[in-house]
Amino acid sequence: MPVNLPAQSVGRVSPQSVHFDEPLMLECGQQLPAYTLAYETYGVLNADASNAILVCHALSGNHHAAGYDRDDARKPGWWEACIGPGKPLDTNRFFVVCSNNLGGCHGSTGPTSEDPKTGQAYGADFPLVTVGDWVRTQARLADHLGITRWAAVAGGSLGGMQALQWAIDLPERIGHAIVIAAAPRLSAQNIAFNEVARQAIRSDPDFHEGRYALTGDRPRTGLMLARMLGHITYLSEAAMGEKFGRERRNERGAFGFHYGVEFEVESYLRHQGESFVDRFDANTYLLMTKALDYFDPAAAYDGDLSKALERATAPFFVASFTSDWRFPPAASHEIVRALLDINKRVSYAEIEADHGHDAFLMPVPRYQEVFGAYMDRVAEEVGA
Amino acid sequence: MSPLRGDLEIVANWVEEGQRVLDLGCGDGLLLRHLFEQRRATGYGLEIDPEGISQSIANGINVIESDLDKGLSDFEDDAFDQVIMTQTLQAVQRPDQLLSEMMRVGRTGIVTFPNFAFYRLRWHIAVRGRMPMSEALSYAWYETPNIHFCTIRDFEALCAELGIHIIERRVLSHDLKRPLIGGFMPNLFGEIALYRICRA
Repeated sequence: MPVNLPAQSVGRVSPQSVHFDEPLMLECGQQLPAYTLAYETYGVLNADASNAILVCHALSGNHHAAGYDRDDARKPGWWEACIGPGKPLDTNRFFVVCSNNLGGCHGSTGPTSEDPKTGQAYGADFPLVTVGDWVRTQARLADHLGITRWAAVAGGSLGGMQALQWAIDLPERIGHAIVIAAAPRLSAQNIAFNEVARQAIRSDPDFHEGRYALTGDRPRTGLMLARMLGHITYLSEAAMGEKFGRERRNERGAFGFHYGVEFEVESYLRHQGESFVDRFDANTYLLMTKALDYFDPAAAYDGDLSKALERATAPFFVASFTSDWRFPPAASHEIVRALLDINKRVSYAEIEADHGHDAFLMPVPRYQEVFGAYMDRVAEEVGA
Repeated sequence: MSPLRGDLEIVANWVEEGQRVLDLGCGDGLLLRHLFEQRRATGYGLEIDPEGISQSIANGINVIESDLDKGLSDFEDDAFDQVIMTQTLQAVQRPDQLLSEMMRVGRTGIVTFPNFAFYRLRWHIAVRGRMPMSEALSYAWYETPNIHFCTIRDFEALCAELGIHIIERRVLSHDLKRPLIGGFMPNLFGEIALYRICRA
């Protein structure tokens, strides 16, 4: 945590957790007898509990969305760009809640948790969960917090997909859907990237069919490769070019004629991969990518997204980023088009940004401005 | 809320209660906000300018970032009761194609534009030999987004060509008031032209 906190930070935060003993029937047909959700909150819930915002995290995120969760934390939460006093999700007005998704590895029940049947970590036996399952667990968290209706449900990437699913599944409990850098379903190319990531993990000799916790090994190399691949797809060619170009660590020296790290981009990717392995579980990564692949709310309606959205009552704010080729503007536009076709309320911004998919995490001025303008409107509606 | 600009007031009065409207180039969204609040209209604004989009959102309307030069392919035939385009016609690449698109997605349309044959603009060219600037056309020639100027006569000729019927025409002088002698020589004394149109 910086000695001098940035003015617009929520500051020091602490995770909380809630345990649910009521069994949860999952979409895959399996039942979880009990589970825990870890979450953080920022801001103050008002007297009529009308100012609550649910923030949903993406593939590798967790409940730590803003502020500093340790005294020695060097980096703030993943959506620091958008959560805090005076930011789009203004904690002076809103009560912001972010939970670690079921199946996660940062405090919510997931593959690293103990399976009550065996007394050992679930590992590969943890059931596959879907975006719909997450919505139902998040609704239980809302019940626990005394929130009958979120002023908005917001997220980027896989988080935006959860906001979309919320609007469809529980229309009476969501005031606005904030869907950023998301897609109504993954493309074949997206699924292909996920499959390569999964194969990298699953083919690691230390994976042990997902039961690595019993052996004391971890599929470090596989998870690192998965993250390196993913990371490339979250950046744009321009962003990588600008950040690294062809810079080498030993700029003036001749080529080394070896396979060690020479180019800066190699060093960066390895660092990203290695630091990820220290904080993330391979089984969770597998499960999250599968939830992404399965997400397709239109599927149950003959592929007609408009039909799927017919039940939604929440106005939508949809945003995309020009250089995002993982979830490109065309994918967001498909959501917008489906809403336009059935006369639903929607606003859409296509934000010029060079950062690729990761732009949704960045303090891009126009992004913060237009997102903030929308949230001001939400705040006015709920008197926050 | 603050009253609408004079030309927009006329446009608003042409929109009927509860109509579905599409506003092409909705700017700050104030016209649509007025229509939503005062006429219980529904619909969307299309805008390309980031600042306009944020202002439209702040004004509580539905705004979709779009490039009008790419047409209105997001919308089905007859999707709207009214398609409105105020002071935008002159800024698009193909006004003819956009007018046809308007008449495809809407039953009726409202178009306003600065009349390039307004006598003050004629004076700029004829006497001063300079490209015209006025209150309605406040840009210098090299920076103007207005790339397709037309006159009242030009517009009416284009409508005839495209099979568009003019239901009603109004002209306003430079202070957005009805010109005293505008009814007599609108192409000379009208600075802003306002039309209600439909398919012939």
